[in-house]
Amino acid sequence: MHDKNQNRDFHHALTVHNDLCIGCTHCMTVCPTQAIRVRNGKAIITANRCVDCGECYKACPVSAIVVEQDDLEMIFKFPVRVILIPSVLIGQFPKKIMTSSIYNALKEIGFTHIYEVENTVDMVLEAGRQYMHEQKERPMISSYCPAIVRLIQVKYPSLIGNIMKVNPPIDMSAMYYREKLKMSGIPEDQIGLFYATPCAAKIAAVKSPVGEIESAVTGVININFLYNRILKFLQRKYTESKPPETDDLLSSRGILWSLTRGEVIHSNGRALAIDGIKNVNEFLENIENEKLDQIDFLELRACDESCAGGILISGNRFLTVERLKNRAEEYKAREDDKNRKLTDGFLNINEHGFLGDIGPRPMAKLDEDFSAALKKLERQRRIMCFLPGFDCGGCGAPDCQTLSEDIVQGNGQISQCIFMQHQMIKQNVLSQSQAVRITDKIWGEGRLEKNCNKLGAEDENN
Amino acid sequence: MQVRHKISGGDFARAGNVASAVKKILRQLNIEHSVSKRIVIALYEGEVNVVAHAYSGVIEVDIDEEKIETKITDKGPGILDIEQAMEEGFSTATPQVREMGFGAGMGLANMKKNSDSMKISSIPGEGTIVELVTYLKPHA
Ligand SMILES: Nc1ncnc2c1ncn2[C@@H]1O[C@H](COP(=O)(O)OP(=O)(O)O)[C@@H](O)[C@H]1O
Ligand code: SF4
Ligand code: SF4
Ligand SMILES: [Mg+2]
Repeated sequence: MHDKNQNRDFHHALTVHNDLCIGCTHCMTVCPTQAIRVRNGKAIITANRCVDCGECYKACPVSAIVVEQDDLEMIFKFPVRVILIPSVLIGQFPKKIMTSSIYNALKEIGFTHIYEVENTVDMVLEAGRQYMHEQKERPMISSYCPAIVRLIQVKYPSLIGNIMKVNPPIDMSAMYYREKLKMSGIPEDQIGLFYATPCAAKIAAVKSPVGEIESAVTGVININFLYNRILKFLQRKYTESKPPETDDLLSSRGILWSLTRGEVIHSNGRALAIDGIKNVNEFLENIENEKLDQIDFLELRACDESCAGGILISGNRFLTVERLKNRAEEYKAREDDKNRKLTDGFLNINEHGFLGDIGPRPMAKLDEDFSAALKKLERQRRIMCFLPGFDCGGCGAPDCQTLSEDIVQGNGQISQCIFMQHQMIKQNVLSQSQAVRITDKIWGEGRLEKNCNKLGAEDENN
Repeated sequence: MQVRHKISGGDFARAGNVASAVKKILRQLNIEHSVSKRIVIALYEGEVNVVAHAYSGVIEVDIDEEKIETKITDKGPGILDIEQAMEEGFSTATPQVREMGFGAGMGLANMKKNSDSMKISSIPGEGTIVELVTYLKPHA
């Protein structure tokens, strides 16, 4: 019951392309959950530790980590093809490009209906207020960023009860537009609802939602892919056809929502906004429980500058933030900004507003059984007495402590450490050829041969 | 199993490091949140007391299948009147310490609240020993 989510396989949108991976450890060292190991010279992502934050993707020097997406052709299976675009899509384009041109380009690409994801933020706000009122747990942690929800599941399971179980705007909007189109007489199976995603985390959330039965989103299209397509359309002359179906509900609140402080500005109590998964990790790791209790709301986002810094955003994140802030100011100056929200009743907070159970998936736990865990912990700490503490990655694990955990879990051996090999050879308990074999198994045969193609070497550009 | 940490008096920037380190260990052991939270709160308060009131100290945490015992031994001024020190709100913290957000006089009381047993012994002019026990399962 307590661990019901634990053994379920989690969908991840990031995969390592083995032909491209050069086994360089960049991804391994930046992963906030120590999910990556190198074996046979290739990075391997451990599924039950990965939180889809995309740090590895950003760090890879050879673009060997790829983000899956649904094939654009898939949209043509549906007569009604809705694209839900987050405000950070528009924010990437210079101001002189009109939103209507972008909409038209999206229509040329094949979508019939274009809506902004953040059209439903007022519903999210209302559901959030209701939730804060009913649940006394503090601080409440926003469920907006799926990478953060997953980080809490695997690394801070004791904070699961603090997650505000409110559906984020993408889910609210998907449900809303699906419902609305259905009510207008379109059969459900003719509606394809696609989401232009800024990140891998949102893809994973759509493909294997936590706390929700099934997503109302049919498929995901990566923003960088759409961005390039839109640019292409904007560059060539095309005859303007009938504009796509849309509505005009976006408010300044919606424009700012996915940026840092986009949620916090609506909070009445003491609230903090923290962006960047390193910062979030450091905060959650070091804050005392007592001090945490005194905060009412935490907006935590995995990316630096929040979704403007999503891994699929091609534009400069700081410029994207600036443009969106300017856009929000323009909207705020409009008289109807406050009233720009859904009023037609297709979305019901009690029915659509809340997430179901979110289960823990603790990665730190050494064993289900306490005495076994205690024994493993003792052994792990003893092993740490021998490992040098360089965190060099030479063993194929991100740091010495992780190697020691792998060892007690039966997933590694102390002789993986190249410095331990040195010691063991000195003490005559390991032969040179054994050491060579172990290291070749981690880095792959030939990985350590001369190679001038790397950054900073003689032929770095080849 | 025993974990041992040294603490130096006056080093407020590091106050809480021992509590954080122990928190990580409790996570590895998959100890229930309600239990680990109590242990960490009590430990944190004890740690802060050494930093705020003593010169140096050692924290030893002993873990077995039944319970977690924490022993905080310090070299310092000691506590003259333990009963009075236990009172909520009683504090001898200097204004400077208070300025840093410590010294509300709730530490010892919180430690008692968050442990199953607490023993204090002190020799004025020499130091203080605080011993805490928290059982992993509800204990009669
Ligand atoms: N380790 C210690 N060494 C000396 N005095 C201490 C120690 N711990 C507590 N005290 C005394 O007990 C008082 C109350 O402690 P506590 O309840 O933690 O409140 P606070 O630390 O906020 O003053 C302290 O002000 C101090 O005078
Ligand atoms: S997406 Fe994040 S958590 Fe997953 S492997 Fe990459 S860096 Fe680690
Ligand atoms: S901050 Fe935004 S873009 Fe980044 S992982 Fe979270 S939801 Fe995705
Ligand atoms: Mg105190």
